[in-house]
Amino acid sequence: MIDIAWSQFTPGTALAGGILIGLAAASFLLLNGRIAGISGILGGLLPPTKYDTIWRIAFLAGLIGAPMLWMLVAELPPIEINAGYPTLIIAGLLVGIGTRYGSGCTSGHGVCGLSRLSFRSLAATLSFMATGFITVFVIRHLIGA
Amino acid sequence: MKYSLASVFAGLLFGLGLIVSGMANPEKVLGFLDIAGLWDPSLAFVMGGAILVGLVAFALARKRTLSFLGFNMTLPTNTRIEKRLVIGSMMFGIGWGVAGFCPGPGLVALGAGEIKAVVFVGSMVAGMILFEYVERKRATSAT
Repeated sequence: MIDIAWSQFTPGTALAGGILIGLAAASFLLLNGRIAGISGILGGLLPPTKYDTIWRIAFLAGLIGAPMLWMLVAELPPIEINAGYPTLIIAGLLVGIGTRYGSGCTSGHGVCGLSRLSFRSLAATLSFMATGFITVFVIRHLIGA
Repeated sequence: MKYSLASVFAGLLFGLGLIVSGMANPEKVLGFLDIAGLWDPSLAFVMGGAILVGLVAFALARKRTLSFLGFNMTLPTNTRIEKRLVIGSMMFGIGWGVAGFCPGPGLVALGAGEIKAVVFVGSMVAGMILFEYVERKRATSAT
């Protein structure tokens, strides 16, 4: 049986934030004609090309600037990072290589891909969700870290 | 100029959405991925809300050849489910489960000034560069 963490479950703000993310993807699509896939936008800068750089930096600046803007007005909700530095390095490498090799992440395949009813993105989303669940299961319940 | 302004706007909105939804917090993401422990279904509601809006947007976009600002629609055309798509995504999922960070939340946490997020994003960028390097090596050795 699944035990729901009722004290942590935040359906209202989750839905509201999800709608904002959807509006972000929608505006990027309808204004610029592009998929708001974050790993692809960042990966396209490595290395930067002549005509394809400024909008990528602009998008990433908006993303990184969001918490800064937030902090001008209100206190940021907690960001709890319990992983240690070696773990973060391994995680970063896997996420970096994996998203480029698999052509997308939670935003490009998950949000945008599923929104445009792409089977390819569904396959990708099911793949990373499956290994995500398995990894946490192994770490928290088998190894017990 | 218009293109970059729209990009900054979309990035900002995306980041705010990640903060509001709680997804900028890796511990909350791990709470979703930990289905055998006390499960926090919030991430499913985030995806649901985003896809609800996205479905409408992509339905609108499908009928257009130019965006509302007059730019070409550059949508993916590949529909094949190749080995690299699945293996890459599986690798990404492992990394995601290890620390609770995917690219977007990593960048937002970096913007919030979290040193650990700087380390995560730095490693992610290193991984992307490494991938690019290997891809190019392969491409040149294949020809």
